[in-house]
Amino acid sequence: MNPEPAVPVSGPDAGAPISSSLVKPPILVVEDLRVTFQIHGAKALHAVDGVSFEVRAGETVGIVGESGSGKSVTSLAILGLLPARGVTVTGSIKLDGEQLLHRSERAMQDIRGRRIAMVFQDPMSSLNPVLTVGRQIGETIRRHQKIDRTKARIKAAELLDRVGIPEPMRRLGSYPHQLSGGMRQRVMIAIALATEPALLIADEPTTALDVTIQAQVLDLLRSLVSESDTALIMITHDLGVVAGMCNHVNVMYSGRIVETGQRYALFGSPRHHYTRGLLASVPRLDGSQDRLQPIPGSPSDTIPWSQGCAFSPRCPAVIDACLGSAPELVTSEINTRVRCVNPAPPTDAMWAPR
Amino acid sequence: MVKFIVRRLLLLIPILFGLSLLLFIWVRALPGGPATALLGEKATPARIAEVNKSYGFDRPVLTQYLTYMKKVIHLDFGQSIALRRDVTDEILRRFPATISLAAAAMLFAVGIGVPLGLMAARRERTWFDFTAVTASLVGVSIPVFFLAQILKYIFALKFSLLPTIGRLTTTRHLEVHTRIEVIDSIIAWDGGALWDSIKHLILPGIALGTIPLAIIARITRASVLEVLNEDYVRTARAKGLRTRAISRGHVLRNALLPIVTVIGLQTGLLLSGAVLTEQVFTWNGMGSLLADGVIKKDYPVIQGGVMFLAVVFVLVNLLVDVLYAVIDPRIRVS
Repeated sequence: MNPEPAVPVSGPDAGAPISSSLVKPPILVVEDLRVTFQIHGAKALHAVDGVSFEVRAGETVGIVGESGSGKSVTSLAILGLLPARGVTVTGSIKLDGEQLLHRSERAMQDIRGRRIAMVFQDPMSSLNPVLTVGRQIGETIRRHQKIDRTKARIKAAELLDRVGIPEPMRRLGSYPHQLSGGMRQRVMIAIALATEPALLIADEPTTALDVTIQAQVLDLLRSLVSESDTALIMITHDLGVVAGMCNHVNVMYSGRIVETGQRYALFGSPRHHYTRGLLASVPRLDGSQDRLQPIPGSPSDTIPWSQGCAFSPRCPAVIDACLGSAPELVTSEINTRVRCVNPAPPTDAMWAPR
Repeated sequence: MVKFIVRRLLLLIPILFGLSLLLFIWVRALPGGPATALLGEKATPARIAEVNKSYGFDRPVLTQYLTYMKKVIHLDFGQSIALRRDVTDEILRRFPATISLAAAAMLFAVGIGVPLGLMAARRERTWFDFTAVTASLVGVSIPVFFLAQILKYIFALKFSLLPTIGRLTTTRHLEVHTRIEVIDSIIAWDGGALWDSIKHLILPGIALGTIPLAIIARITRASVLEVLNEDYVRTARAKGLRTRAISRGHVLRNALLPIVTVIGLQTGLLLSGAVLTEQVFTWNGMGSLLADGVIKKDYPVIQGGVMFLAVVFVLVNLLVDVLYAVIDPRIRVS
């Protein structure tokens, strides 16, 4: 676990905004995003069901949830990478005020990799096995910038150097299988940073890596983001990652944001029982808990939001009011927003300082 | 890489020894024998014994085998009983014809099959895709001799556009170098002969190439579809690459391995002769040589022909393996 989440239990500064990030206008504004999968004959699946959030330059926003909560689909929708057939996307995704939704594929190709870049989960399968690292970085540079092959190669080597790969010139000729897992993810990050995008989306960037490498890759992402003022969306199920990196956290469940707020406020006093469940299932090294408490059931034990709170079948604090209609996102007294009719009391600390 | 190739070539020696022994026993286990085939059903036992003796077929099989192998080591496959010619000469005469035909068929099959499969995959579940899949199903199902006759009927009888017999118009003179008419006419710098030989190749090439075309198109489609779902294709899209750059640079290269495998297998098959196509278009290749050999119990022809084709098969497979390493760097290490 990362040493940073030494979070105050509660108190006056719990909901305080982080540095000056709120002053800048947001780079990305997602409003009421809905993604529906409809395979003919089958029932429509609302993978993302009215999600709204913002990201500002230099800010790191976390999207947390179990698999199937819609967090990856959200990121693919932002990049316009969802399949064209059988998928309906509505709402609004604005990058610097420009609507991205329903743009032509060709127009999106100019935005992808240049203004929004993405780092995927498994660097082994996300890098092309038959092309050299140099080629895979170089083609991104040459796609978006008018420079010749030699210059692109030098730039690629600089990028490798920047992400901490030794002997970058020599490594340009390597194939992905000749690199270690951590190296491969560094290469992915180098590709993502090739054109200095305004927004970087990292989808579970450390999940496929060794634990020892995870911290290194996170440190790298953190320092790259802070030195370049890039906005970062961190998609993960690992609350340790979120606690260590994110200014703002969105917890997703079954396609909707169920709790959102500044990191300290949210972790200091989680109100939604799902957030609390996630925190209770994170291993702690300080011995403050005897055993991990998993959330009972699985994400498939759910009900449609139209019939009530999707988490209610697994919720320990379920009451009659949970069913019938979907709870609204309500602003709490500490400036977080919670989608729960029976939230946990604010003082009931989960994530105590060590 | 060189070591790998040498090792594979050395492996030919035990393969050929084993194969020759099996063949030797197998052809002698066939009912009837060369003498009966030569003399006819009514031949007297005495006459048959006489012929068998003259070819040494009366001696113990092991002795026969050792005598035979002694000659084979010197690349002498003996004399054909039915044709009364050296088997080696006959193979060298027939194989170039088979190469011409196989090359024409593969050119047709690959040239159309790969783009067709690629387009079908890119337009998955559209009318184009359905048509391509259905057409390839028809393609693999259609009997070669039937297709050959249809082609002959339409293009030769009905419209007399293309020749249907032999490899060159008989009145045309062409100096023999390789026995591959297309190459010979280029060596002779004879445009008329080149065009003539190509015209002779079109119908048999289509007839023989249709099944490989259908198989290649299907494999290409399946392989491309699989690669399109790979994470690295999503990465390529996330980098903002143009669709064409993704197809060429990322998809096709990775989809190539199964395609190359099938092309290699099909090429091996075609090089071992095409009995039916050769029959319909009077094309004297390896297929008719071997078929006649089996019918006439021509032991030396069967033995020599099959061993020769075994070498061809191994070489084609070796080429495929080398291509693997060229395409996929992960294979180069091992």
